[in-house]
Amino acid sequence: MSGAHRTPQDASGTPTDLDDVARTGPSRSDPSSSDPSRSGPDGPGPGRSAPARTSRRTGSPWAGPAWGVFGVLVTVAVWWAFTHAAAGASTMIAAFQPERMPGAVASLFERGVVVQDGLTSLWRLLCGLAVATGLGVPLGLLIGSYRRFRWTSAPVVQFLRMVSPLSWAPVAVALLGVGNAPVIFLVAAAAVWPITMNTAAGVKALDPLHLRVAETLGATPVERLRTVVLPSIRPFVMTGVRLALGISWVVIVPAEMLGVSSGLGYEILNARDRLAYDEMLVVILVIGLLGMALDQLAQWLLREPAPRR
Amino acid sequence: MGAAEPGLSRAAPASRPALTVRGLRKSYPGASSPALDGVDLTLRNGETLAVLGPSGSGKSTLLRAIAGLEPLDGGSIEFGDADERFAVVFQDPGLFPWLSVRQNIALGGRYRRNRDRFEDSRVDDLLGILGLTPLAHTPVQELSGGQAQRVSVGRALAVRPDVLLLDEPFSALDPATRKDLQLWLRGLATELDLTVFLVTHDVDEAITLGDRIGFFAGPRGFRQQWVPARDGTTAEQILAHYRGSDDGSGNWVI
Repeated sequence: MSGAHRTPQDASGTPTDLDDVARTGPSRSDPSSSDPSRSGPDGPGPGRSAPARTSRRTGSPWAGPAWGVFGVLVTVAVWWAFTHAAAGASTMIAAFQPERMPGAVASLFERGVVVQDGLTSLWRLLCGLAVATGLGVPLGLLIGSYRRFRWTSAPVVQFLRMVSPLSWAPVAVALLGVGNAPVIFLVAAAAVWPITMNTAAGVKALDPLHLRVAETLGATPVERLRTVVLPSIRPFVMTGVRLALGISWVVIVPAEMLGVSSGLGYEILNARDRLAYDEMLVVILVIGLLGMALDQLAQWLLREPAPRR
Repeated sequence: MGAAEPGLSRAAPASRPALTVRGLRKSYPGASSPALDGVDLTLRNGETLAVLGPSGSGKSTLLRAIAGLEPLDGGSIEFGDADERFAVVFQDPGLFPWLSVRQNIALGGRYRRNRDRFEDSRVDDLLGILGLTPLAHTPVQELSGGQAQRVSVGRALAVRPDVLLLDEPFSALDPATRKDLQLWLRGLATELDLTVFLVTHDVDEAITLGDRIGFFAGPRGFRQQWVPARDGTTAEQILAHYRGSDDGSGNWVI
């Protein structure tokens, strides 16, 4: 049948792991990952199949997570060893010792900053992503649909996406003042390009037959957009939003070090200024954990839906 | 262009033909000769016209022109009804994979142009007629080629077209499925009194389905026609035309 629904696919999960080759030989291949029509347009897509793959190879569904726990334990051990060995060199490293973390967590929670600042950062992230989606999807539709627009915009778009969004920070603060607005602006400036590029790739991957079917059934251009284009590009847009989410979370921390007095980025500087290095490290850990949780949440929220029944 | 319209009965005076094409011309930029250069045809209400012809003769271009998918250089296309209601079935079903079988058939109902003719209850009737009721809520990726093409016929019929345009609809299917679907469509055309314009390269398909068979020989149009039910046309007779068709005689108007 024609019209296989082209979908961005996880590009990070290689079909064959090296330790797997050693154990089982090269003959095992994964048909789901060799389908050429499922290659992603711009980096990794929703990684649906990774856990299933792991379990199929090693037999137990817990093998992957068990190795993950082992990795965390090794890291903590190295962390402990290093911070104890080098404790004499710097008070900061001494403050980073793992056993000091519970006290730092308690102190942060006592002051009520972690939850409050986490929520503030998340809120700014969502606002920035919303702005980026609102701009990126129409821009991507234009770039994907009209050659002349693509040619006209290409140099400017390529230029802008290679400029670190943080370069705009002084401009953002000068024009938008202090507060949420410049942070949201910087997040949106970072997030808009993956969404734009993925949307444009989705438009280019449209099945022309679908458009012709709609046209011969009498669809107006707006109806074609609604019933063919938007549903077709949905998986591409979702991939773009997920990529944008990761980039935004990276950008929001430095963005919050400028001109605001709340958020996780601010809290890092705040802890440093109070010489509470242990609390600073806790904030960094919270940033990483929240980022992981966000990515999981995005994978779940932005997964491809089953066809509506 | 042929001066006369030899021996072909016109539609009854009371009813206009479902489709009248006159002097159709179409050139592609850069091509040395036109794809269509003065093509005429008449399609009567309730009949199936099967259009046969060599590859590259332009028969698919003709269908696409009738479907409004090709801008014309000249000539006219008139439907019997002023609102030009037609629907097309392509070689590939082109089903929307994000919709179920039922939603694919109901697609036309989402377009304003079809609102006056489209009834949602008819979709369920159609599912029954097409033998697709058990598959109504199936994702279309799970259909076989023959099932998918039946869904695409249903999607076309759901908007109650005056003319059904079929562009090699079964050529991508295996021979057994193709034969089944030809007989199925024959029955459907009779049951629903469909007016069908069928482009095919399959001589047996043309004989099975066509009330009339037109031999499309090139840019100037049709060279010969057969009425299988009246003349007992055989595949051999038609194949003979493939071998010696370019005799330079004037075109026929069918």
